[in-house]
Amino acid sequence: MNTAIVSAAAESTKIGNTGLNLAIFAGFVAVTMFFVLRASKTNKSAADMYTAGGAFTGRQNGIAISGDYLSAASFLGIAGAIALSGYDGFLYSIGFLVAWLVALLLVAELLRNTGRFTMADVLAFRMRERPVRTAAATSTLVVSFFYLLAQMAGAGGLVALLMNITNRTQQSLVIAVVGVLMIAYVLIGGMKGTTYVQIIKAILLIAGAAVMSVWVLSNVGMNFSELLGRGAAAGASLDPGAKYGLTGLTKLDFISLALALVLGTAGLPHILMRFYTVPTAKEARKSVVWAIGLIGVFYLFTLILGYGAAALVGPDRIKAAPGGANSAAPLLAFELGGTVLLGIISAVAFATILAVVAGLTITASASFAHDIYASVIKRGNPPAGAEVKVARIAAVVVGIVAIIGGIAANGQNIAFLVALAFAVAASANLPTILYSLFWKRFNTRGCLWSIYGGLAITITLIVFSPAVSGAKGAMFPSMDFSWFPLSNPGLVSIPASFLLGFLGTITSKEHLENKAAEMEVRSLTGAGAEGKALDH
Amino acid sequence: MSTTKSDHSSHIPPPTAHEAKYLAVQRSPEFQDLRKRYRGWVIPVTVGALLWYLAYVLVAAYAPGFMAIKLLGNINLGLVLGLLQFVSTFVVTGLYVRYAGRVLDPASEKIRDSMKAEGLL
Repeated sequence: MNTAIVSAAAESTKIGNTGLNLAIFAGFVAVTMFFVLRASKTNKSAADMYTAGGAFTGRQNGIAISGDYLSAASFLGIAGAIALSGYDGFLYSIGFLVAWLVALLLVAELLRNTGRFTMADVLAFRMRERPVRTAAATSTLVVSFFYLLAQMAGAGGLVALLMNITNRTQQSLVIAVVGVLMIAYVLIGGMKGTTYVQIIKAILLIAGAAVMSVWVLSNVGMNFSELLGRGAAAGASLDPGAKYGLTGLTKLDFISLALALVLGTAGLPHILMRFYTVPTAKEARKSVVWAIGLIGVFYLFTLILGYGAAALVGPDRIKAAPGGANSAAPLLAFELGGTVLLGIISAVAFATILAVVAGLTITASASFAHDIYASVIKRGNPPAGAEVKVARIAAVVVGIVAIIGGIAANGQNIAFLVALAFAVAASANLPTILYSLFWKRFNTRGCLWSIYGGLAITITLIVFSPAVSGAKGAMFPSMDFSWFPLSNPGLVSIPASFLLGFLGTITSKEHLENKAAEMEVRSLTGAGAEGKALDH
Repeated sequence: MSTTKSDHSSHIPPPTAHEAKYLAVQRSPEFQDLRKRYRGWVIPVTVGALLWYLAYVLVAAYAPGFMAIKLLGNINLGLVLGLLQFVSTFVVTGLYVRYAGRVLDPASEKIRDSMKAEGLL
């Protein structure tokens, strides 16, 4: 019986019509390109390029944020994790959602009121500008790089499944195509064009997941309990512990991951930057409210899709498919609606990757052009038009690096790479953001210790973790130089960065309380922020 | 301009004219009230929400048997507690929007207006 299932799986992945998948995907590219070209007319100044002149409404931005946040790791990764590990996959999505409360209550509005383009704006408000901008840009580039790698590697895995391309060279070619499209979106449409791409993608993704969820439930007489029962019978546990509950160490690893997820979101530079695309703090609040609603509903759908994939497709077929766990959702689509639904869901998954990488590219290039080039190298006085030019060149460079990195990382675990990005964001970015918004004593040394210390600790612990060497499924399984027992460093690196920020501050004689007063007045009242958005 | 004891220890350099204006706004009772209402709401609620999440994570990791208790059909306590995390996130979001609209927005607008009237903006 088992061999029959496996051969059926091999067949079913071939049944997917490559031509149809390509046609639907081309349709998405054509529609989004239309909006991107339309947006290009107003993509002239640095403010247009980075934040679309701050002219989006809260609702538009909220939909775009959910488009930026719901990456391939969320859609394919979580559905797959639930299908194979049951309840433990669901735990992922809860951390990703609760994290938004930190963004809503502590970060979004204050950030909107005190900054303009990048995360570094907030830090540079009162601290010594050149060192803190360099530090913030460094951590922005590192987080964006890990996140980009994950998405690009995901693109490679996705083609393997959807177009039945198992040849490494051809997969690499597809990664390159994704990279070139992403560069085109960013260069032509800037933040406005990218935002449209994210809005269209979010609507397609959430609608697609909704249709599939209702379809799955209709297969079990709209009885959710029945679906859980059938999923559990197929092997997707209803109780926690299948993946993380094995030993004391995996439990600790899980807590470390949970901490990184819940504190990482409000430190992700591409998410922070989206708060600048609206004119006021109130619209920034509205953005987050929309994002929380959409993201929450989407994760509820993934719960149904995950158990649905376990019940209707079965773990054996999912594991045997070329993309492994990531193929649970596409295989479920095929099971429900044949080649047409598979084609649509595949195109949506591709669109997802494209929209996320475009957002990351804008963030990375803005951080380089605005923080490093204009503020550090040109000391705040770049020649007219030069900053935008540098941002465009940076976008091309980031795109090329992402293509090369994506080809190299092809086959790595997407969820692991994303978890790394979250760990770095939670350690290197969040402490400095919170300290500078809520602690008037915080100063340059505290900021630098927290960012560089957080980065160094996080990356060191990752390099010497079982995720990189010395374990089954590690990046280099044949070598073993690991000494840190956890795959996710958050449990150690996040408290360490907070502590470093505190120690750096109190050991420094620099007192910035006077400037902190202006920052606090502006952050809470929005004084001066609204006019700034209308400057251009 | 008058300096108060708590804000100005000897380590802090004297403020520039520009900084002094903002220090004055910061010391005003209206601003102190807004600050207290903002921090007094968001900090305890954020800490509470994170502790509630952490408690859930700890129970899932160290008391899976408790989570496995069946409530209705195949729906167990773990699923209900997980879905309650969604509910609490939505509820906190709704409550904050209401609080911000009713209390924080009018207060910050008033301060902004008076800053404009004084020519600060």
